[in-house]
Amino acid sequence: MSTRYFGQRIKRNEDVRMLTGQALHVDDVNFTDMLHVAFYRSRDAHGYIKDIDVSAAQEREGVVAVYTAEDLGDYWQPGPLLVPPPPTIEGLIFHQRTQVPLAKDKVRFVGEPIVMVVAESRYIAEDAVGDIWVEVEALPAVIDIEQALNEDMPTIHDDLDSNMAAHVVQKKGNYEAAVQQADLVIKRKLKYDRGTAAAMENRGIVAQWDAKSQKLTVWDTTQAPIVIRNGLAAMLGLSEHQVRVIAPFIGGGFGPKIMMFYQEEVLLPWASMKLNRPLKWIEDRQENFFATTQERGQVHEAELALTNDGRILGLKHNFIHDGGAYIPYGLTIPLNSQANALGPYATPNYYSEFKVAFTNKPIVTPYRGAGRQHGVFVIERLLDLAAKQLDLSPIEIRRRNFIQPEAFPYNHEIIFQDFAPLVFDSGNYEPALDMAIEMIGYEQFIKEEQPRLRAEGKKVGIGVAAYVEGTGIGPYEGARITVEASGKVSVASGIGTQGQGHFTSFAQIVADQLGVDVRNVYLVTGDTDQFHWGAGTFASRGAVVAGNAIHSAAVEVRKKILKLASEKLEAAEEDLELADGQVRVKGVPETAIKLGSLAVMANPLRGAVRPGTEPGLEATSYFGPESGTTASGVHALIVEVDPETMKVEVKKYVVVHDCGKVINPLILDGQIHGGVAQGLGNAFYEQLHFDENGQLLNASFMDYLLPTALDVPRMEIGHVETLSPLNPLGIKGAGEAGAIPAAPVFVQAVENALGDDAPEILEIPLSPNRLFELVFGE
Amino acid sequence: MNTLHTITVIINGQSYEREVEPRLLLSDFIRHEIGLTGTHVGCEHGVCGACTILFDDEPVRSCIMFAVQANGHTIMTIEGLTPDASEENLHPLQASFREAHGLQCGFCTGGFLMTLLPFLQENPNPSEQDIREAISGNICRCTGYQHIVDAVKIAAAKMEGQ
Repeated sequence: MSTRYFGQRIKRNEDVRMLTGQALHVDDVNFTDMLHVAFYRSRDAHGYIKDIDVSAAQEREGVVAVYTAEDLGDYWQPGPLLVPPPPTIEGLIFHQRTQVPLAKDKVRFVGEPIVMVVAESRYIAEDAVGDIWVEVEALPAVIDIEQALNEDMPTIHDDLDSNMAAHVVQKKGNYEAAVQQADLVIKRKLKYDRGTAAAMENRGIVAQWDAKSQKLTVWDTTQAPIVIRNGLAAMLGLSEHQVRVIAPFIGGGFGPKIMMFYQEEVLLPWASMKLNRPLKWIEDRQENFFATTQERGQVHEAELALTNDGRILGLKHNFIHDGGAYIPYGLTIPLNSQANALGPYATPNYYSEFKVAFTNKPIVTPYRGAGRQHGVFVIERLLDLAAKQLDLSPIEIRRRNFIQPEAFPYNHEIIFQDFAPLVFDSGNYEPALDMAIEMIGYEQFIKEEQPRLRAEGKKVGIGVAAYVEGTGIGPYEGARITVEASGKVSVASGIGTQGQGHFTSFAQIVADQLGVDVRNVYLVTGDTDQFHWGAGTFASRGAVVAGNAIHSAAVEVRKKILKLASEKLEAAEEDLELADGQVRVKGVPETAIKLGSLAVMANPLRGAVRPGTEPGLEATSYFGPESGTTASGVHALIVEVDPETMKVEVKKYVVVHDCGKVINPLILDGQIHGGVAQGLGNAFYEQLHFDENGQLLNASFMDYLLPTALDVPRMEIGHVETLSPLNPLGIKGAGEAGAIPAAPVFVQAVENALGDDAPEILEIPLSPNRLFELVFGE
Repeated sequence: MNTLHTITVIINGQSYEREVEPRLLLSDFIRHEIGLTGTHVGCEHGVCGACTILFDDEPVRSCIMFAVQANGHTIMTIEGLTPDASEENLHPLQASFREAHGLQCGFCTGGFLMTLLPFLQENPNPSEQDIREAISGNICRCTGYQHIVDAVKIAAAKMEGQ
């Protein structure tokens, strides 16, 4: 291969379209006869619907249809359970309650859709929403997750005895016995509150039923178009081949766009068929704060048992997870919390118990990190507190507990979110820790800078935290690669793309195998008419699972190229090389065939394609890992806290990350930067404030603070490469890494900065106000 | 409220005359009436900056203006940065964003470019802090801003020579 693209900082193929305003987003899809949809959403968090009056809306000029739950008939069904609970966990309790298309008898969160309005314009549709009258007999709202499980609380789902949605216990070894041998047990209660993903593009759907061709086309801001297509076909009684779902360019996903199915996703295709007109619904930002799923929200009672020299004997935690009003995503998030509380540390005894609580708040599904944050926050905080008590440095206590490189694969003996046992495939944690300490200048900061700055009255502090990230889980992804007559190579894959650079990193993999320019590899993704097998983009799995499927298909196409070229050039396969878009005899560059010409020869207009062979230079492959890959890393930062206002400024931020082989370091750096920004937002700016009635008090970007360019520091990134043995490319996922440990490392540094005055910080998100309260009293 | 008004607006050098309702947002006018969908709408309350356009050469948020306010004015959108959408003809600012990987999902990018164009014309040699302040009214959820700042530095160097 003449050019090695893999591992290079290649500029992205998709950028030109995005930079010139030519990238298609869902709201850019327009038809002349298109109708527009708006929703009347519940203003109450909890209550019985007594009356719905839509007559005034129906009479408004320009209104085409108004639908309530009653109008849906048999189509009104609770949504599917996306991920069932793992069948292998003993004693597991799970009460499946999933969202309904339009609330019928009861409303369960503010923002739940009750009435759908279809009109000639969005403006008219929104006017008509204002004409609707819904009478609700309000019930007390269940908001606080600890109180939610109390027996005297009203039940959100009337057929259940309580608001407990699930109960799971997982253990390893014998924690109680470990405590007997412990020199120190640290017990604390830790809280992690809700935030929102706030992708810059809100959700949107365009549904177009074409009665003449009997085909439904849906443009959807989803991370999983194939799952949506298959589900819609089943719900609407259509063949899967009658439904085409296109996830075009998506303006950020971060998890909530893989909720299947949102109510609007079920309703628009149905109404488009009923009205035989294309329909569009575009969520506005305020709706996004209610109608799009959210995450975080757990309370942990945790304890860590250690020896005097800081070795972990056991970890125990009981936690409550906020599920919101419905739990369509099963137990993915709390299972991730359970797995990630173990961190990169050898923990011989583990007891982890959780309950999921229904609350009268928006539905909870994964948001970048998906429960990993909570687990990491718990173990990292407990280690910090233990280190303090044992007079060890935060670094030393981590170093003493790392799983050693020779111990991999390391079996934690509990079940992970992918139903497989939690086994870390590979890892080497100390080099990352050493690199992070070096890059942040730990020793010099502690010995020189901090004393000097403290003498000047400045409150500066340092933090270091480690984490693992389960990535690259199954079930599988696939890809079809075709060499076209032009010599260009097309790659069709099923996963959606939301800015991760798939058009480039996947092209790099193919370009290396086939010896073509990376710009001549054209990726089609997120269009079910192009490729209709696959799961979607989530759990930091795109590069690992789809990347390896693409690699495998490229290897197959390469074989076909060599076989055919060997015949045509009358040369042995081993004497051929693929470079510059052609196959040529090594050392005899004039004896060559262009790949495009070879593609034509492989698909002849005359003569036979021989039995046992296929036309074209094309191959389809799948990759389905039995279990996920485990990425890891260390974050370190230096902060300065304003002693009067408690405003925290991040002075320096270092990430050392290990995701195995890196396809494109430029894209990887971008993923980490963005993750850290979201992590810092989560740590110090972003918190959804619900009042006791379930009303969200800060549902706008004026009130919900997203970090700006003035809040996010410049980051330095280091890489360690521990290859994954679970896939041929040796890669691990990276999408969520930046976001996962930001909160504990931030808190550790703030405590360090405040020195002797430091309160124990056991909650996240913080804010300057909250930190002020913690330091000076409420 | 629904009385139509005739407005004439010059967008990217081309004159458009349309009848619009007084309540039609300028962002909706540009996107759905004119069909220039490169201007994106992220929050519809003037905070995120994704819908930023140049209005008589000044950056404004098109989601908190009405189309009728643009009558007789000149607008430039992201589509006006290049004569065509080819790689060769990218504006130096666009090329720098590509070089530094200053965009991921690309949804906010148009707003950043339209904010930065007049900024760089007025500040040909900005410091990192100047750049961060200039873009502090534009929210990006993907990049953590670092590669955007890098892109602006590259762009400043490229554009200074022009």
